[in-house]
Amino acid sequence: MLDIADLEVRYDGIVALRGVSLTVGAGEVVALIGPNGAGKSTLINTISGLVSAASGTIHVGGEDFTHLRPWTISAKGVLQVPEGRQVFSDMTVLENLQLGATALRGRPSDLDVKDVFELFPILQERSTQLAGSLSGGQQQMLAIGRALMGAPKLLLLDEPSLGLAPVVISQVFAALRTLKEKGMTILLIEQNATLALDLSNRAYILDQGRIVLSGNSADLAADEGVVAHYLGVDAEV
Amino acid sequence: MLLQQLLNGLVVGGVYALFAVGFNLIFGIQRFLNLAHGAVFMTGAFVAYYTVEAGGPLILGFLAAIIISGLLSVLIEIVCFRRLRKSGDAEFGAILSSMGASLVIMTVWQWISKTQVVRFPFDTVPVVIFRFWGLRVSLLQVIMMVAAVVIVMIMAWFLYRTSFGRQVRAVTDNEKAATLVGVNPNRTYSLTYFISGALAGAAGVLVGLAFNNINYMMGEPYLLFGFAIIILGGLGSIPGALLASLIFGMGQTLAIAYLPSGLTTAFIFSAMFLILLVKPTGLMGREEAGILRGRR
Repeated sequence: MLDIADLEVRYDGIVALRGVSLTVGAGEVVALIGPNGAGKSTLINTISGLVSAASGTIHVGGEDFTHLRPWTISAKGVLQVPEGRQVFSDMTVLENLQLGATALRGRPSDLDVKDVFELFPILQERSTQLAGSLSGGQQQMLAIGRALMGAPKLLLLDEPSLGLAPVVISQVFAALRTLKEKGMTILLIEQNATLALDLSNRAYILDQGRIVLSGNSADLAADEGVVAHYLGVDAEV
Repeated sequence: MLLQQLLNGLVVGGVYALFAVGFNLIFGIQRFLNLAHGAVFMTGAFVAYYTVEAGGPLILGFLAAIIISGLLSVLIEIVCFRRLRKSGDAEFGAILSSMGASLVIMTVWQWISKTQVVRFPFDTVPVVIFRFWGLRVSLLQVIMMVAAVVIVMIMAWFLYRTSFGRQVRAVTDNEKAATLVGVNPNRTYSLTYFISGALAGAAGVLVGLAFNNINYMMGEPYLLFGFAIIILGGLGSIPGALLASLIFGMGQTLAIAYLPSGLTTAFIFSAMFLILLVKPTGLMGREEAGILRGRR
């Protein structure tokens, strides 16, 4: 589904990603973990077209996405749930979801607002409230629901657990597990490595702009060296 | 007499609303003060005048004014603001570049009109006076009021009841998130500038008709009034701009009627000063102004 080869990204002369290659197969959940500043968000924003690649290629479903504009990438079904939720805070929950469907641009969708409400019942209760008045967890659910409304063929999740209470994190991840079981293709960035390895089939570890390790999530989680070296304190949470 | 003045004020306020709502729409969506807005307004008046002068009916002049002013406004965004916006923090740059655009547009019309004041031919709007309850309303006033109400209602319907309007509000709310749901912000901005310019152009025609005085400088006082109105109403707030326009129009009419002539402007701006003293964010402004709030 997603095929990234030798991707290099620079910001004002600083190299953020150095020759990153990564694949996500259809129906697979792949986690990208690594310390702060490793380049995880840069990678996901480059896939979304918000950041442009200096060299290398990004293919989705065999099509070259490397130099597409961000709104075109979204319209083609590669949808990002951005870090920090980024809901439309002055608009209602329902309007946020309706806006998510903008990305369809005539592509068929087998999911509508009702299905999102089924996945996150709290959103139905709050459907006429302004998104800015929701709690952080509810906003995260809304951001995921909004992306789902655009019928993603590849869902990019940037730190969905960031700043949420543990009980809310488990609700969000339960929903992600449901999506996984329905066959959604997901690339997940997560600081909480335990959660990420638990949910994903495979994982890549990114450090200082390079992929330093990759493998099956279960193997990585079992490898004490990996846990101690790259996953640090998070692994013990 | 008082009632008559209030009615006149309401009509003037309606026209101010056309001007100020468009001005505030741009501030709300991009945080830019478009100082060329007065020049767009003036362009509308000239376009309608030359259409009528060439033998076209007034309604054609009105439509031409709306379309050409709208397109001019889109051009201003592309030339003056787009690159600045990409560079990030550009509020002051935008003030300068739009001031420049304003001067260019004014100079062009000064050249075309040969620095003359032009007037619509007599009877462009037939002089018909309606009388009821002791009030006196001219056909022109009726046209002004109806045009202002209809245009503002169309704009509100568009922003709040159509999916395209929803996209405009989404870009205003959070440009990055809007991009990620597949909205092209540039297209949305162009559309917003078109609406803003079209409103200003419509206001220009109505003012040109009402005062029968069209000249290349006519936009300048309105820019000042528009600025006062959007601050009074709350920066970025469309309902605030509407309310403030009506207050401003009525205040101005009353001041002209009952105060020594030199004091009109002083009175209006003093009143504004007092209101802002009590409510610094404007009548309907919020801490981070308006329904069309700025980006985070």
